[in-house]
Amino acid sequence: MSAASFSYQIQPCKVRQEFVRLFPISLFVVAFGAAFGLAATQKGLEPLQALLMSGAVFAGASQFAAIDMWSGQVSVLPLMAVVFAINSRHLLMGASLYPMLKDLSPGKRYGVLLLLTDANWAVSAQDYQNGRRNLEVILGGGLVLWLAWIVGTWLGVYFGGLLADPQSLGLDMVLGCFLLAMALGGKQKSVRTLTAWAVAAVASLSAWKWLPPHTHVVAGALAGGLVGYFWLEKPAAVEADAGGDSQ
Amino acid sequence: MTIETTAVGTLALIAIMTAVTVATRFGGVFIMSYLRISPRVESFINTMASSVLIAIVVPMAFAGDVGALAALSVTAIMMLVLKKPLPAIGAGIAAAGLVRYLM
Repeated sequence: MSAASFSYQIQPCKVRQEFVRLFPISLFVVAFGAAFGLAATQKGLEPLQALLMSGAVFAGASQFAAIDMWSGQVSVLPLMAVVFAINSRHLLMGASLYPMLKDLSPGKRYGVLLLLTDANWAVSAQDYQNGRRNLEVILGGGLVLWLAWIVGTWLGVYFGGLLADPQSLGLDMVLGCFLLAMALGGKQKSVRTLTAWAVAAVASLSAWKWLPPHTHVVAGALAGGLVGYFWLEKPAAVEADAGGDSQ
Repeated sequence: MTIETTAVGTLALIAIMTAVTVATRFGGVFIMSYLRISPRVESFINTMASSVLIAIVVPMAFAGDVGALAALSVTAIMMLVLKKPLPAIGAGIAAAGLVRYLM
């Protein structure tokens, strides 16, 4: 493989821009991190251990689930299964970024992926749908989210009581509102996309109701993807819409 | 198999969680690098990408309380009207807080 085949150049100034762009969202991540830090210390983790978990794992929902299973002894296989199930959506998110990531050298490609989370992925995926290649948001946005998650955990460990009830402020809805805004933003949705969404919604609800916990995201996304597999977009319609939708 | 949550045990558990999570972050891209990408597979991937969002959000609305429902509907309406994410998200969160305060 020649180096020339990796045509995507990460631009440092764009990385900084994306860092700033996701800063407002990262403030909410601080609040979640604080809730996690509090929960972790209540379950007996040392401050440093909680911080280490946030820094290394960097996947909020699975960390809360692990803390739920925490006691004097932790069963390894169930822990692995739960962490995998909750984070399995990363498999699909990573795969959806592959058309861009394949143009990065493998070292950078997997380095960038270490910072992949819902929020920066949603921005990157939406930009890509609108014809803009943006891996800088995975790196720059991921960095600000990672720092916020660690700062939040630190606050929660030492000052957890200050944010006893994040729900009453609506803070538990930040991620949901953010992802919904990303889905609805950008170019006009085609009948094909709306059909895929309807199928995804029904499949994820069914999985949520009847399949094992944490499988609904993957089930819904795969079902929506199947619509795309059988119903191809008309080639002429794939033109970049560079309209002013970049917030 | 169980691990005791001693200092060393906790480190091992964190390492295991990290390894599993990194595997999910890398796995999708790793598998894709071995797949031949036909237009059909590309279409599958693209449609799946936006379906992930729906698959996360819709059960959230069904599982959540009135506050969650208010947050998501207000965000959706504001997004369709204003087409700007930050005000839409802000309004959604405020709606959740307000509804929960009133109920």
